[in-house]
Amino acid sequence: MSEYSEFVRQYLTVAIFAAVGIGLGAGLLGLGRIFRPVRPQEQKYLVYESGVDPVGTGWSQSQIRYYIYALLFVMFDVEAVFLFPWATRLEAYSTFGLIEMLIFVVILALGLLYAWRKKVLRWV
Amino acid sequence: MTLLLAAFDPPYWVSTLIKVLVISIVVPTTALILGMVFLFKVMSWMQSRLGPQEAGPRGTLQLLADGVKFLQKEDIAPFGADRFIFRTAPLVVLMSTLLLYVALPASAHLVVSDLDVGVFYVLAVSSLSVLGVLMAGWASANKYSLMGGLRAAGQLIAYELPMVLAVLGVVIQAGTLSLNGIVFAQANGSIFGWDAIGNPYILTQFVGFFIFLAAVQAELTQPPFDMPVAESEIVSGYQVEYTGFRFLIFFLAEFATAFVFAGIASVLFLGGWAVPWLDTASDWYYVLGPVVLFAKVMIVSFIIFWVRFTYPRFREDQLQSFAWKILIPLALANIVVTSVLKVVL
Repeated sequence: MSEYSEFVRQYLTVAIFAAVGIGLGAGLLGLGRIFRPVRPQEQKYLVYESGVDPVGTGWSQSQIRYYIYALLFVMFDVEAVFLFPWATRLEAYSTFGLIEMLIFVVILALGLLYAWRKKVLRWV
Repeated sequence: MTLLLAAFDPPYWVSTLIKVLVISIVVPTTALILGMVFLFKVMSWMQSRLGPQEAGPRGTLQLLADGVKFLQKEDIAPFGADRFIFRTAPLVVLMSTLLLYVALPASAHLVVSDLDVGVFYVLAVSSLSVLGVLMAGWASANKYSLMGGLRAAGQLIAYELPMVLAVLGVVIQAGTLSLNGIVFAQANGSIFGWDAIGNPYILTQFVGFFIFLAAVQAELTQPPFDMPVAESEIVSGYQVEYTGFRFLIFFLAEFATAFVFAGIASVLFLGGWAVPWLDTASDWYYVLGPVVLFAKVMIVSFIIFWVRFTYPRFREDQLQSFAWKILIPLALANIVVTSVLKVVL
């Protein structure tokens, strides 16, 4: 078997297991259908809101305080993606690769420091 | 017997079928073991109480009894909920857990799929669970659920980064992304020239180990990082509207994920399925590997659950600043020091 189909098979297995993950849960829930009762009552389907009748819709507007963190996350996650291939080949790149990547890491650390000083990391 | 296992080489579809059966049994079993041993027994010791006593010998079958009970509960989706999304959300979380098991090696050959980019794959699929949590939080049409889902999302992205950066230290030392490759690198490694026990990376990457465990704790939304499911603030967050077996699937997935994360921590930092002084090519690992891995997983899970039972909950802002102001700078410094030492030595 060629190396290529070996590679494809590894990810075919992953895909199969994704399906199994859904199937296992769905199968157990289907099994439960035999055992569980269905007795519809009006009050059962109200959402829980500390015991009183819910006010307004569940999808009301609320302040998302994390979106700045999400922006920072994207930046650093991309950094991590760049770092992984470098990390596996560090022995081959040696000093040259080390200095190149140190510059990269320092620039990004400065970015974090800048965000910190600009009080972006403060809870607003 | 070990030779028999070594000679066993079935075609692809047979081996996949066997793997599917084994994993379908292993995932709930690990969740049961962790739930029974830690959530019931260790927790009650630590809190000076008895824990479950009635079901089975010394209450060991309590979780099975609970499972049967949950199976008989009515399946309710509230009015106004986005029913399809509401129903599939637990399955997405369970799928993410199952995909994590795919890459975990129990010995050189006892692994579902020995991916070349194992570490990267694990980090990628582990963040799929946040999708399920957000789906659950959004689709419930409940204010508490929505808040819980948003909190979970904010927390999981904040702690994804320290985890990724902590693992980088290990990757730099091992020079490979394959989980089995990392086990071999630890078994055959040396610490500054001393190679009596190989190099379990916990000795050289102890900062990484600490950061990784803290991030795992947050990814599992366990105390002290359990704001997304804080019962006294937002009554279990995104799980409020779930009943019966759908709720149990969240529970199952959480504990199975705790097990597999402990397994990944043991592979990355404690030498995985290998033990010192026994050559990694030995056939003994067909039987010994899973046992050794299981022992290490129980040790790591004990630490995870010990912290869970001991510390009070953080505040939401403390959580974010702990990740961004302490763990991430620490992890970056760890990467720099590791890479410099790797090149210089």
